[in-house]
Amino acid sequence: MRETKYWTWHMAAGVVILLLLGLHMFIMHLDGIIPMFAPHGGEGVSKENSLYRDGLLFFTVTYVLLLGVALYHGLYGLRTILFELTLKPAAEKAVSVVLLLAGLGLFGLGAWAAVAAHAIAVAGRG
Amino acid sequence: MTEIKRHDNRLGLWGWMGGGRWGVERYAYILHRLTGLGILLYFLMHIVVTSLRATGKYVWLKGEFFDQPIFKFGEFLVFVAFAYHALNGIRLVLVELGFAVGKPIEPVYPYRTSLNVQRPLLIVMMVLALVLIAAGGYDFLGLAD
Repeated sequence: MRETKYWTWHMAAGVVILLLLGLHMFIMHLDGIIPMFAPHGGEGVSKENSLYRDGLLFFTVTYVLLLGVALYHGLYGLRTILFELTLKPAAEKAVSVVLLLAGLGLFGLGAWAAVAAHAIAVAGRG
Repeated sequence: MTEIKRHDNRLGLWGWMGGGRWGVERYAYILHRLTGLGILLYFLMHIVVTSLRATGKYVWLKGEFFDQPIFKFGEFLVFVAFAYHALNGIRLVLVELGFAVGKPIEPVYPYRTSLNVQRPLLIVMMVLALVLIAAGGYDFLGLAD
C-alpha cells in the first residue's frame, strides 16, 4: 500500500515536472524561437536575464518546487530500477536511506541557492 | 501483514535490452529508463552548478568554463532526452490511468493484444517529441538568432 502511494506521487510529480520543466526548457533552450522572461534580450541564460528571473518571487517558488518534485521523481525512479535487481532487504533499506539523504542534501543546497539568489537580485547586488 | 513474494530478476540489467515479443513498446520502456538516468545524472550536477550563482559565479556565461562546444552538445542531448522522456511519460501516465487501452473484452481465442490499441498514442507522442527535438536543434544551432 505504501509503495502504491509512492508510485502515485511519482506519477503526480511527473505531471508537475512536465509543466515546470517545460517552462524552464522554453525559457532556456527555445529562447531563440519564443523569447520569454528575458527582458534584457540576448540569451535566456545571460546574467542579466538570470538576475531578472531570480528577482521574481514566482521563479524562486517554482525553482524550489521543481527542485523538490524533480529530486523525488528522479531518485524514486532510480530506487525502482535498483530494487528490480532483487536486492536483499538490508541493501534495499540502505539504498533508500542513501537516496533520501542525497535528496535532502541537494534539496537544501538548491533551495538555499534559489532564496539567496532572490535576495541578491532584489537587493540589486548581482 | 501479507508478505510480498519476491521473484529473482535472473536477467538483471540485460533483461532490459531484449524487446522479445513485447515489440516497440518494450524498447520505448528501455529508452525511457536510459533517458531518465541520463537526465537524473545531469540534474544532480545542474543543481550544484546553478547553485554557484548564489556566490556570484555564473560558470555557463560566454568565456566561462561551460562555454565549450562539448558542453553545448551535451546540453542538446539532455534536451533530446527531456523531449522523449516527457512525451513518453505522458503516454505512460495515460495508459496507467486506463486511457487509450481500449475496452476490456472477453478472453476468447484467438486472443487480441491491447498493444495495437495503444500504438497510435505511442506514434503521436513520438511525432510530438520529434517536433520538439527539431525545434530545440534549430535553437541550439543558433539558426533562430
